Amino acid sequence: MIPERLVNLAILAGLAGVALWALAVDTPFTITLATRAAILALAAVGLNIALGIGGLVSLGHAVFFGLGGYAMGILAYHAQTYTTLDLGPLSVTGSKSMPLIWLVAVVASALAALLIGLLSLRTSGVYFIMITLAFGQMFYYFAISWGTYGGEDGLSIYVRNGFPGLNTLDPIQFFGLCFALLCLALLVYARLRAAPFGLALNAARQVPARVETVGLSPLRLKLVAFVISGAITGLAGALFADLNRFVSPTMFSWQLSGELIVLIVIGGVGRLMGPVIGACLFVLLEHWLGALTAFWHIWLGVILLGIVLFARGGIVGLLTGKAGPHV
Amino acid sequence: MSELILATHNLSKSFGALKATDDVSINLRAGEIHALIGPNGAGKSTLIAQISGGLRPDAGRVMLMGRDVTQYGTATRARAGLGRTFQISALAMEDSVLENVLLGALGAEGRPWRFWSRATADAEMRARAMTALERVGLADDHDKRTAELSHGQRRQLEVAVALTLSPRAFLMDEPMAGLGAGGSKRLTGFLDGLREEAPILLVEHDMDAVFALADRISVLASGRVIATGTVAEIRADRAVRTAYLGEDA
Repeated sequence: MIPERLVNLAILAGLAGVALWALAVDTPFTITLATRAAILALAAVGLNIALGIGGLVSLGHAVFFGLGGYAMGILAYHAQTYTTLDLGPLSVTGSKSMPLIWLVAVVASALAALLIGLLSLRTSGVYFIMITLAFGQMFYYFAISWGTYGGEDGLSIYVRNGFPGLNTLDPIQFFGLCFALLCLALLVYARLRAAPFGLALNAARQVPARVETVGLSPLRLKLVAFVISGAITGLAGALFADLNRFVSPTMFSWQLSGELIVLIVIGGVGRLMGPVIGACLFVLLEHWLGALTAFWHIWLGVILLGIVLFARGGIVGLLTGKAGPHV
Repeated sequence: MSELILATHNLSKSFGALKATDDVSINLRAGEIHALIGPNGAGKSTLIAQISGGLRPDAGRVMLMGRDVTQYGTATRARAGLGRTFQISALAMEDSVLENVLLGALGAEGRPWRFWSRATADAEMRARAMTALERVGLADDHDKRTAELSHGQRRQLEVAVALTLSPRAFLMDEPMAGLGAGGSKRLTGFLDGLREEAPILLVEHDMDAVFALADRISVLASGRVIATGTVAEIRADRAVRTAYLGEDA
């Protein structure tokens, strides 16, 4: 079987290769697809910290994806309409600068994850899933009813936000930016997984009682993991909104939370590149099968079923010859 | 008399009408092994849970090193010096043997909030972990996945994790459970030497081990301590024979 390191490298090279090939043959739409895959992968890498290492099946990660999206949408909206954003006594102008938008997206998502985590991590199993789902729905319906920012119709942003030194409207440059952030998130995941924190968190998933008897708090470990996880998914949300130049309540939808879980399971739970290969496959299916039938999710379901029944380690597990998840 | 390390004072816990722990006062002194025995359903597990912090008593106190830890959770008690082993091995099966003891080491150092450095590359933590593995005879297996260990090796690893904590008192819940005669004898020899390092409150069904190791024995029946004494005293006690050794008085 193929060593995991090689599989990982091939997946990343494949994603970058597709974008470069599309540049060479001048099909910008393919670059956009690759960008979409990179952004979904980034969101799922974030979720994989909570789900893969921490064992937290969050059905509410769309909250962070959506918050990232609306952070971008709101800031860019005020910038493009030359209006100010009034936050009580504070009045700020909007922004079209990606680094600033990312910062706001990450901070907002981290704060939301802290609050949601504090409340939901007191439960586990199916209750945790339900509470995170409930939070997701709260944000979803709040966004629908928030008329200032488009309500159900969402917000259109006419020009993609800027990044110093780059022309973000050029598809390949925007792809490069997203791809670089994905690589950075993967580095964070890999380091964190091998670090003392990852060791303790991974043990807290398997044997919380043991973690407590060595003097550590599983709850705190999981809370910190949830916050880091939410922050990364929030960053992905900001990029996703910028890719589409549009943000709407669907970014908060529970279907999106579910899709993030599904693509991790398909790729390989708790594996570094699981979310990336899962996201690539997801975007491919969505594009190819979606062109043939509106019911392409059926085929996604068939693949998911096959993975769950016969290859618990996901695609990465299959390629590396490791049967189960995590190990 | 030597220093009092761990003590319960009039501990009581009921589940509905059932008094699982009924006014239990036992203690553990430096340098001793205090065995806790009793038939199934006597309330040993409930008592252990109250001492380790998993369960709050209805009444009474738990003292560790002269400190009232009754209101503390499991993690705080562990940091205060209580090293616990489980009846059913609670190990991270997916992880390597070394990673399991490293968890203990990083708990002992109280430094899990490191996100960037490799856990296995921390020389200090690694040394602490490897020392514990060497002491129980698992050093050569440190790279193995824990799931690949035999039952006996898992019992050893269970003890090794507690060792990494350098606790002031050990609380061991049936460490011999499921061990064969050979393994049981080896572990008995190891625990015999361990009492000098930190006293052991030992819950055990293996009577050979209990009689070989215990400085004192307390007998629990229906939630109450019905006798405490030396091995000879307990062997001679009529109430114990009736309640536990199954003989008609």
